[in-house]
Amino acid sequence: MTATLSPERTAAPATARRSMQFILTTGLLPALLILMCVVFAIVEPRFVDGSNLLNVARQSVFLLLIAMGQMIVLINAQLDLSVGATVALTSVVVASVTAASSGGPESVLLGLGAGLLLGVVIGLVNGCIVAFWKVPSFMATLGSTSVLTGLALIISKGAPIIGLPMIFSDVLATSSVLGIPVPVLLGVVIAIGMGIFMSRTVPGRNMYAVGGNRAAALVAGINVKKTVILAFVLCSVLASLAGILLTARVGSGEASLGASFVMLSIAAAVLGGTSLFGGEGVLWRVVLGVLFLGVLSNGMNLLHVSSYIQELVIGMVLIAAVAAERLKRVA
Amino acid sequence: MTANPLVAIRNVSKKFAGVTALSDVSFEIKRGEIHALMGENGAGKSTLIKILCGVHKATTGSIALDGAETVFDGPQDAEKGGIRTVFQELNIVPQLSVAENISLGSLPLKSGLVDRKKMLKRAADALSGLGADLPLEARAGDLPRSSQQLIEIARALMGEARLLILDEPTASLGENESRQLLSIVTGLARRGVAILYVTHRMHEVEAIADRVSVLRDGKFIETLNAPMDEAIIVERMIGRPASSLYQHSRREPGRELLVVSGLGSATLRDVSMTVRAGEVVGVAGLLGCGKSDLARACFGLHPVQDGGIKLDGEQIARPSPAGMLERGLVYYPSDRRTEGLVLGRPLFESMTMGSHRPAQITRKGFLRTQKEYELAYSIAEELDLRPMQLERTSGKFSGGNQQKAVLARGRLRTAKVHLFDEPTVGIDVGAKADVYRLIDNYADAGHGVVVISSDLTEIIGVSDRVYVMREGRIAAHLAGADISEENIARSFFAAAPA
Repeated sequence: MTATLSPERTAAPATARRSMQFILTTGLLPALLILMCVVFAIVEPRFVDGSNLLNVARQSVFLLLIAMGQMIVLINAQLDLSVGATVALTSVVVASVTAASSGGPESVLLGLGAGLLLGVVIGLVNGCIVAFWKVPSFMATLGSTSVLTGLALIISKGAPIIGLPMIFSDVLATSSVLGIPVPVLLGVVIAIGMGIFMSRTVPGRNMYAVGGNRAAALVAGINVKKTVILAFVLCSVLASLAGILLTARVGSGEASLGASFVMLSIAAAVLGGTSLFGGEGVLWRVVLGVLFLGVLSNGMNLLHVSSYIQELVIGMVLIAAVAAERLKRVA
Repeated sequence: MTANPLVAIRNVSKKFAGVTALSDVSFEIKRGEIHALMGENGAGKSTLIKILCGVHKATTGSIALDGAETVFDGPQDAEKGGIRTVFQELNIVPQLSVAENISLGSLPLKSGLVDRKKMLKRAADALSGLGADLPLEARAGDLPRSSQQLIEIARALMGEARLLILDEPTASLGENESRQLLSIVTGLARRGVAILYVTHRMHEVEAIADRVSVLRDGKFIETLNAPMDEAIIVERMIGRPASSLYQHSRREPGRELLVVSGLGSATLRDVSMTVRAGEVVGVAGLLGCGKSDLARACFGLHPVQDGGIKLDGEQIARPSPAGMLERGLVYYPSDRRTEGLVLGRPLFESMTMGSHRPAQITRKGFLRTQKEYELAYSIAEELDLRPMQLERTSGKFSGGNQQKAVLARGRLRTAKVHLFDEPTVGIDVGAKADVYRLIDNYADAGHGVVVISSDLTEIIGVSDRVYVMREGRIAAHLAGADISEENIARSFFAAAPA
């Protein structure tokens, strides 16, 4: 017996491992997305119809906003389970406020202002509980989910809040600028802004440092608590904005809105390569993750796949995404 | 009696994805000898160890055990062959007891349940064989690192151990614990266990090694016999004559920059210290004497109850890392991996982290990424950081280069006081010289420098004045000709003043 191995035998697995790594780290998601689009286009021609594609964009905006927030929190090595409840409470509050208003153009600003302010407050509370009381974010936001849902039910008394001024839905749901629906336009602008924030500003960069190595960030002079709180505030504000747009779309305030966004936002962020352990995540890839889920659900709807089966498929996709993330670390 | 050596390493090479980590290394380890393995970081020591203990397979070449060529199919195989390894990162389950940790993975069973009596006896035997005395039922996590290391060694020696590989076993031990470990190692060799001892500490090699093999850039250079000549070993390691490692210019100290008075905390007792402009102040002491906490207290990482900290005349009420950095005091942590770098992110990000604004690489709130990279690059060049691919993740750089990335912090901002906590632990000779040069340059430029170190030679080599700490107090304050190994070591142990 000898320990001799021919060079060819060692070279082959190395190349295979490298290409595997490339697929897992960079190319997998775009490739799958394109593949899925092609398959849907062949099986169901209605998929490539312009109005259907616009529909995918319109439906994906809510998840896009929330998933971007979730990504920011995940990069800080935290987790926000309260995004769904934030959507629900925002919806109820915004509906109550605007329904009680005069119904003029200022009611749009009033609704936006109330919703976003609520987002700031929720984010501050979540962030401070995690930063100052050192409660793990999993528990802190699980708790706040219950509190926010309870508040939403108390305010709405369990029934939809109706009587929103028409202009609210007109402006925030149905109007278009240059043929692009306002919600989609908002989503694109905010995605670009968040991308720049995360990669080109000091607070954004600090988030990667805090999530990648909290102790090292502290020693390097980064205000770790402030950074974490800012992440939760951004996440809640984005969730509230999604709640406002969703309320405008359904035309009423509902305490039952948004529950599915908790899992979907984590799924989209992880699909986009965001690490569950912090310090890693790129915004444009999370946009791809959102599109992936949006196209998947749209395609399945067109093919009349039952919502029960859709639920099952989404769950499997999430597990596959996390498994791929772990494999990436091993490779 | 066989004439074969216990282990013969024959023409071993190892390539990782086309990069040669080891090329054509051959040397032998005899029964019962202490064989030191030395080389700079990246010389291939770790790769060689991992081949010996079955973690990696050699690309070419072979290992002969007792004269028979052997291929290890994994660590269990090497263990069966009697080769045991204690790595730098300890495999201790902190929640389990000492005895449970020693039997970890091979708990003695009686009718399917753990045989506690046998487990305790086994642990007691193993530890007494080492000449060590540890509380068997204590939680391993509550014990100091030196004791945890003994647990690992005891576990490694279970069964038929013929070669024990120790990877920098004293890297995180103080003087006293190191001395204890060295005597245990010598005892093992006397019982016939061969030891492959990897270390950066020259005096340990001089004290215990029978032979030393030197690697450089993945190649085997030479095996030298005792008695060792430090200069020759260093020359073999770095490939050029060893000029003086330490650089120490003569300076006149200026005004008082950092004044610590009567500091009291969980680990510090009435500690006072003064650091003046243009001087290097050494802080020596055994592990756990509080010397690191003194620096951490000044930087706001260690909470204090009493006393005051004055930086350049300003009384600091509540020090915090961000606040102290802003005022010009920089602390360089001892543990680069846990407190210095973000291992999964590009190295340049770890260099500039927290310093974007003081380094003026922002404009209207936005990062100037091009300028950031250029600045990181020029500092890396100045510190001789290698390789200069700063976009590679921090975790992929060797210890010395990681340390240089952490040291970049002091060059990115205007600093006047530098606190170095164990600045050269686990880094190679070349990088050490660079660190000492940086320390001396700071003092020349009129900065105040504090060097906290468990390495006495280092303390003596760099310091203008030395504080010796013991049990949280300043036990001695030495200056000039009084700074000697004897004087410092005496203060480590002398009875506390009444």
